[in-house]
Amino acid sequence: MLLLEGLNVAVADRQVLTDINLEIKPGETHVLFGPNGSGKTTLLGTIMGFPRYKVTAGRILFQGKDITRLPVNERAAMGIGMAFQRPPTLRGVMLRDIIRIASRNQITPDTLAGSLNMEEFLDREVNHGFSGGELKRSELLQLLAQNPDLVLLDEPESGVDLENMALIGQAINHLLEKEVVPWDDRPLREVRRGRTKSGLIITHTGYILNYLEADVGHVLYKGMLSCSGNPRELFGCIKRVGYGECIRCALLEMKGVTADA
Amino acid sequence: MPEIKENFLQETEPHAYIDDLSTLPSMEKERLLYTGIDVTGKGRAGTFMQLDHSVVHCRSVQEGVEVLNIQEAVEKYDWIGEYFGRLIPLEGGRDGRPPTGYFIRVLPGVKARYPVQASLYIGREGLAQEVNNLVLVEEGASLDVITGCATGALVHRGLHVGITEAYVKKGAKLSFTMIHNWGKEVVVRPRGATLVEDGGIFLSNFVCLSGVKSLEMNPFTRLAGESAVARYNTILIAPPGTVMDTGSRVYLSAPKTKAEIISRAITTGGEIVSRGHIAGEIPGVRGHLECRGLMLSEQGRIYAVPELDARVSNVELSHEAAVGKVAEEEIEYLMARGLDEGEATATIVRGFLNVRIEGLPEVLQAEIDRAIADSELGI
Repeated sequence: MLLLEGLNVAVADRQVLTDINLEIKPGETHVLFGPNGSGKTTLLGTIMGFPRYKVTAGRILFQGKDITRLPVNERAAMGIGMAFQRPPTLRGVMLRDIIRIASRNQITPDTLAGSLNMEEFLDREVNHGFSGGELKRSELLQLLAQNPDLVLLDEPESGVDLENMALIGQAINHLLEKEVVPWDDRPLREVRRGRTKSGLIITHTGYILNYLEADVGHVLYKGMLSCSGNPRELFGCIKRVGYGECIRCALLEMKGVTADA
Repeated sequence: MPEIKENFLQETEPHAYIDDLSTLPSMEKERLLYTGIDVTGKGRAGTFMQLDHSVVHCRSVQEGVEVLNIQEAVEKYDWIGEYFGRLIPLEGGRDGRPPTGYFIRVLPGVKARYPVQASLYIGREGLAQEVNNLVLVEEGASLDVITGCATGALVHRGLHVGITEAYVKKGAKLSFTMIHNWGKEVVVRPRGATLVEDGGIFLSNFVCLSGVKSLEMNPFTRLAGESAVARYNTILIAPPGTVMDTGSRVYLSAPKTKAEIISRAITTGGEIVSRGHIAGEIPGVRGHLECRGLMLSEQGRIYAVPELDARVSNVELSHEAAVGKVAEEEIEYLMARGLDEGEATATIVRGFLNVRIEGLPEVLQAEIDRAIADSELGI
């Protein structure tokens, strides 16, 4: 689905990401941990293709095709979708309009909005005066309309109250085809195999892991992927000892590289 | 207002009365439609049309709603001097020719069910057209007016001077929507003044989305009665070669009066001066001014002049002004939802112009929306 090869990324001439290698297979959900300023949002923005993130080395392959130089909208058309951490406000553009845009006029906004308790927001200006939790729901609603194959979520749980947390979790599971519906008589293995949607989720608090099964976790530290593994185990470790441990890993990694050379 | 140095044609042949405006050439009908004028008169309480210096159509279809040639009204009503020329003194006209223009009056307590439409049209290349209009909304009455000002499909040059006085009596309501569509070499000098009495409401909407050589206007409203309200909305697009200097002024002269002035200005290469002025003359009044401008071209200029004048201490006056280009992150956001850069920019610009005007009848909002949709934004 997604393959990042030796990616270096600079923002305003400052290198932010170094030698990123990552593969997300169809149906897999990966979680990205890392302290503030480690480059998590940059990594998501680079995959989406925002021009302020300059790829200085390496390449991005999506469904086997090199998309490193493709503009944002062509990546969206190929099936990459992103929920923004801090989406901009669009004055005079209604949520209803952007849902139509995202779904290429394929869906009725009203039906979809019900699933996230957003009916009352449809005729409001996109993100104007929305609370933190409302912004997240608005982002997920737009993604549900867009129905991408690769879902990029930038801190989908920040600012969300407990009541809406379950709703957000449900929406993400739906996006990633992770819900197991009781009337589905296929064996679980079949359901898993039939799943094609993939995800890359930035989480700060890790709460989202209570609502969603992720396959792989990564730690991004100072622009490098320093560690990968079972997401719960990684998160548990970060909770106990913090990201300090990552420094050691990063150092080991660097030593390893020099030793190999 | 600076003097106009250019020479324009003063005289032209008179035009005959047109019983049925739908017999006009289709090209002209289309131009009328762009300014909100429907030649069939469907869904309108009355229609007035002045072509060059001649009133070619004038009728009302609702009892209690009067639509007359101003000349006729001057002859018919001896009290007209109490209103006509009182807010904006008459300047004698040209060579003693009686004034032309419309007179619209709604009798006390009458609600005009549909808008009255008035078209001021220049059909002769290079002509100077002057009109004097008077709108009277009597006590407890209500009226919506659509004024469409335009030049003919083949006219490039001309001068339009339109003077409009409006009186909104006690408890009355007037929404006045003016849509302009000019030739590229036309000079336009409208002047407007409105007096609002106790509890009266005045909504003014001005829309000019096409090129014009020079447009200057700065109408004012005096809120002279307790709890009177005025709202001005202005929507402008200036293509290259266009100079627009427009503003709105409100004087809060009675207790509990309120005013709001909102403008949206877009340049695609032309120059816009966007003015607003609210004066609080007595304690306890409130006013807000909002002025936003969008630069869609490297050329062009938007000069915002929001003015607040507090003449006593206990007033609440505020303004916000913002001028700039379309924000990059908003374009990227829409591109991430699948739009290309051009579509994303167009969506943001449409949103910018999407001024939902509170209290505006749907039919007028629809005319404004149509004018925006039809505008040649070039994006």
